[in-house]
Amino acid sequence: MLTKRIIPCLDIKNGRTVKGVNFVNLIDAGDPIELAKQYAEKGADELVFLDISATLEGRNTTLEMVLKVAEQVNIPFTVGGGISSIEDVDRLLKAGADKVSINSSAVKRPELVNELSNKFGNQCITVAIDAKQIDGEWIVHLAGGSIPTELNLFDWAKEVETRGAGEILFTSMNNDGTKAGFANEALAKLSEELNIPIIASGGAGTIQHFIDTFKIGKSDAALAASVFHFGEIPIKDLKQELKKNNIAVRL
Amino acid sequence: MKLVIIDYGAGNIKSIQFAFKRLGVDAVLSSNPEEIRNADKVIFPGVGEASSAMKMLKESGLDTLIPELKQPVLGICLGMQLLCNHSEENDTKGLGVFNVAIKRFSNEVKVPQMGWNTITSLKSDLFKNVENDSFMYSVHSFYAENCKEAIATTNYEFNYASALQKDNFYGVQFHPEKSSLAGEQILKNFLKL
Repeated sequence: MLTKRIIPCLDIKNGRTVKGVNFVNLIDAGDPIELAKQYAEKGADELVFLDISATLEGRNTTLEMVLKVAEQVNIPFTVGGGISSIEDVDRLLKAGADKVSINSSAVKRPELVNELSNKFGNQCITVAIDAKQIDGEWIVHLAGGSIPTELNLFDWAKEVETRGAGEILFTSMNNDGTKAGFANEALAKLSEELNIPIIASGGAGTIQHFIDTFKIGKSDAALAASVFHFGEIPIKDLKQELKKNNIAVRL
Repeated sequence: MKLVIIDYGAGNIKSIQFAFKRLGVDAVLSSNPEEIRNADKVIFPGVGEASSAMKMLKESGLDTLIPELKQPVLGICLGMQLLCNHSEENDTKGLGVFNVAIKRFSNEVKVPQMGWNTITSLKSDLFKNVENDSFMYSVHSFYAENCKEAIATTNYEFNYASALQKDNFYGVQFHPEKSSLAGEQILKNFLKL
């Protein structure tokens, strides 16, 4: 049976992890390769690296990091952040990334999804969507949730599916950072209306939140950052609990 | 030992090269027919779409070379699918090594299948020291039907052939290079065939 995926997300700037990471027995908490290896050993199913470098030099450093992660880590990983062209994707895949995640560039130019999917196959194109619920309607936002668009989450998700997205990474801006649980109602609706995998993001705080997003939110995968980085929820314990709750996981 | 990964422009072959490097083997990327023919072992990778991959094989003449290879050959993902008779993906004629058709999952399930699933009914030395129900990472919309040449099956919508073997040809739908320790064991086994 296909299992539900647990995905730690690492923010990368100039080839280093940023935001706090607090692992036991880790000499250099900013080294993304060491972190990635540890997560792979602890049972993470996939990793997402989000490149928040603002400069070209920073992005090139990230590219070198991607090469090293591919060299040393034996589970799949996705790279997102600042990707807006076929050349960007080509460089990342050639460096060993398994998938790329695009967000704002797809909103600005939706044809990019078709182009990338035709060129590289839909299996490596994840479309990330940040949305905020305003007066009952889920509105797609850009730039980490700061700029609202005219797009409705469900319409946009269906459009990128049609254009060739291989999966959707949906972050609820209402839930992100709250540690109060995932946006399961919207996730379940996405999962019912679309036929590609949906990754839940934003709001993880407890093991129960993961159980809920798989059972109630019908998510195919769940992504989180701080609860993993600070060891609040060890991945092994999380997966054991999911299994006890009859959720298929890789142990 | 000389290990060659066929480089015909399809997909991410770096990961496969790195996976063998972790096992201490330097794999050579090559599209040179002589070099491929003289290798001890050959990896036939592939990510992307079937008809354009087949077009690239034809342009380099590799479509006639590959089925004639005598050493162990391992097709991975689309590489495995291209070794079959025919793919529903853009109605593509395959290399015909495996006598099986490639079909698309129905919309009863999420397509592509993305993530970790188990392999079972393991039947070949390729799976020596690999436990039944080991988890493998796959990403694919098309599958090989369960058939006589199946050496492993996986359940998604139904049981399909997640690995195939005929003579010196092996194919796996999943990505052993991305499948943690169990995947590494399969690559080690392939090196020993």
